[in-house]
This record gives sequence, structure tokens and C-alpha cells, in this order.
Amino acid sequence: MQTDDLILAEDFCTHYRVELSFINYLEEYGLIEITSVEETSYISREQLRKLEQLVRLHYDLNINLEGIDAIAHLLERMKGLQFEIISLKNRLGLYEKI
Amino acid sequence: MEFIDYYKVLGIEKNASESDIKSAYRKLARKFHPDLNPNDKEANKKFQQINEANEVLSDPEKRKKYDTYGGDWKHAEEFEKAQQSQSRQESNSGSYSFSGSDFGSGFSDFFSSMFGQSEAKSSGRHAKYRGEDYNAELHLTLEEAYTTHKQTLTVNGKNIRITIPAGVENGQVIKLKGHGGSGINEGPNGDLYITFVIADHAIYKRRADDLYISIDIDLYTAILGGEVMLDTLSGKIKLKVNPETQSGTKIRLKGKGFPVYKNEGQFGDLYVTYSVKIPTNLTERQKELFRELSQS
Repeated sequence: MQTDDLILAEDFCTHYRVELSFINYLEEYGLIEITSVEETSYISREQLRKLEQLVRLHYDLNINLEGIDAIAHLLERMKGLQFEIISLKNRLGLYEKI
Repeated sequence: MEFIDYYKVLGIEKNASESDIKSAYRKLARKFHPDLNPNDKEANKKFQQINEANEVLSDPEKRKKYDTYGGDWKHAEEFEKAQQSQSRQESNSGSYSFSGSDFGSGFSDFFSSMFGQSEAKSSGRHAKYRGEDYNAELHLTLEEAYTTHKQTLTVNGKNIRITIPAGVENGQVIKLKGHGGSGINEGPNGDLYITFVIADHAIYKRRADDLYISIDIDLYTAILGGEVMLDTLSGKIKLKVNPETQSGTKIRLKGKGFPVYKNEGQFGDLYVTYSVKIPTNLTERQKELFRELSQS
């Protein structure tokens, strides 16, 4: 399997000074996906941004894993609601023009 | 020069302990952190201030200088040297400003602690800072938003070529990863957020993926039926008008509306409302015929 787009999980942990167990927990919570190649854990480029965000939430803001899990769900909902607001604003604009 | 009271920013007293500062910072950071407030410029600005305040007040040496020199604490050493060399008799310690200073652009410089290079801590995870996020608006016509196309944007002198998928909404924001400000100390670059502003169209109204248009038909076509040509955003189409069509009749043309965002080949519907136009400048003969009709 190609590993060009993958970052060794250990490298990530060294770079960000986080425990490997932390990203394993995140995977257990279903918050990130870890790619395993020949029993070695990698993080894909697409997952990197999200993982960085979760690291910040945990280490910078002292939010535990349950909190991060809840926040991740709420942020997704917020994203959906923001899109809905835009859509409703545009719809309202249509009636205001008539 | 505007003075920012870091104690006020963190909501603490001047005699706050280190743990008070840490606790206040964490509480406010959780409230205003950009990860928890996406696309919120105000929260972002507030977070920068909180960070700045924490960076100064959590470092005993910086805090001491800040308490002594206020807004000009960063230049305390220069100031002290200048004082010694000039053997000035009076001391300005305890004052939040001193006259005749040429200390640059003031407190806005303090934001460099977040986005600049001078004040970043040299050790620990916090030494790497993500670059600033940029926001931009991209104005499109309805026709442009109808088709997937490429556009070149110039952001801070750099040309960025982006693909705009058909069906973008007015007000929709897309994120271009890594096209914001440069990261600090090998930190990642910020992102570029582009808000699409789609201008109103002279003929078509858009509601999500559906399009609305009102077209005029003459009285005779409305009564007897016929055909009318309609210019859609994807070309001309021929519409069959049923006999005895009333003014205000609305018909739906399935799949002739706006493209569905990131769903290639899928389109909304086009709603056409007929507006029957009564003929004007009738000849005597035409009027006579209408009289006959009215009596029949």
C-alpha cells in the first residue's frame, strides 16, 4: 500500500508532543480514522487537520474526550445550521424582492 | 495609542495569582477559541486579545514590565537605557504612557505574539502558531454560478486558481486550506475563506436549486393555446401553452432549474408563471369582434 499521503502516527505524536494513546482513544471514540499498514499506524492527510483541531481542544483547552466528542457533533450540527440559515436568508430575500 | 488593559481582558484583578490568570485564560479560551467559533471574526479577535493578555501576564518578567510600563512594556529596556544615558532625574515608572515615544504602531503590534515572530515562545507545543485566516468575497453572476468554472484570485500578491463548482449558494463560504497567512515557527498556514456573493438576476429568481421566472403570453395564445420560446440558463426551450390558460398559471419544468451543488448532473426545477397580456390599441373591427364574443 502507498504511504505517500500518510504520516506516521509516531511522527505526529513526536511533533506535537502528544501521547500515542491519545490518538488511539480518538479513534476508539470514532473521531478520527487511523490507517494501519503492516501493523504500523498512519494518519492520512485528510485526517490531519481534524486531528490537529482535536489536539488543540484537548491540550490547549483541557477538554476531555467526552467533551471533544460532544463538541465535534455540535460543530457538525452548527455547520449544517449555518448552511440552512444562508439558504433561508436567500429564500426570504426572494420574497422581499417580489 | 490605544491602551489595552490585559487584566480587564482576562477579567481579573491586578493582584491576581498565576493560577487565577491560568484559570481565567482557560475559561475564556474555551469560549472564544477559533476551533469552537468557526467563521466568527469577533470571537477570533477576542481570542487574539486573550492570548496576548495571557502571554504577557503568565510570564512573571513580562508581567512586571507590563505593570511598570503599561502599554510600552516591550520597550522597557530601551527606555531604561535611554533614561540612564540621559541621567534623567525623574522616573516614569508606574505610568501607562510616556510622552514623545516613537514606539511604532502601538498595541496592534502586540498581535504579533499570535501572528508575528517576535513574541512567540521558544519552547513547548505553543511555540508553533497557525497563520492568520483570511476572508475574501467573490462576486458571481447567476450565470457564472450555474456552471463549474475556474477563476484566478489574487490574495496578498499570490495568484490562486480555484474551481468553483456549479450550484454555489449566495452567502456560501468555502475554505481553501493553507492559503491564509504564513504559520509561525513552522506552524501551519492559515486558511482562506471565500464568501460567494451572487448578484440578483434580471429575469430569474433563485430559491435553493429551483429557478422562478414570469413570462408574458398574449391573450390569443392564452385562450387558444400555442407555443412560446423561453431562454433558460442552459439554452432555449419551447413551451407548449394549453388552451384557456389563466393568468398566474404556474407550471413546473422538472430538472430545468439550478445545478445541485457538488451533485453533477442533478438539477432543481424551473417554475414558469404565465402572465396574460391584454391587447391594446385595438382596431374598430377587433373591438367589434370582442363585442360579438361577449354576447355569444
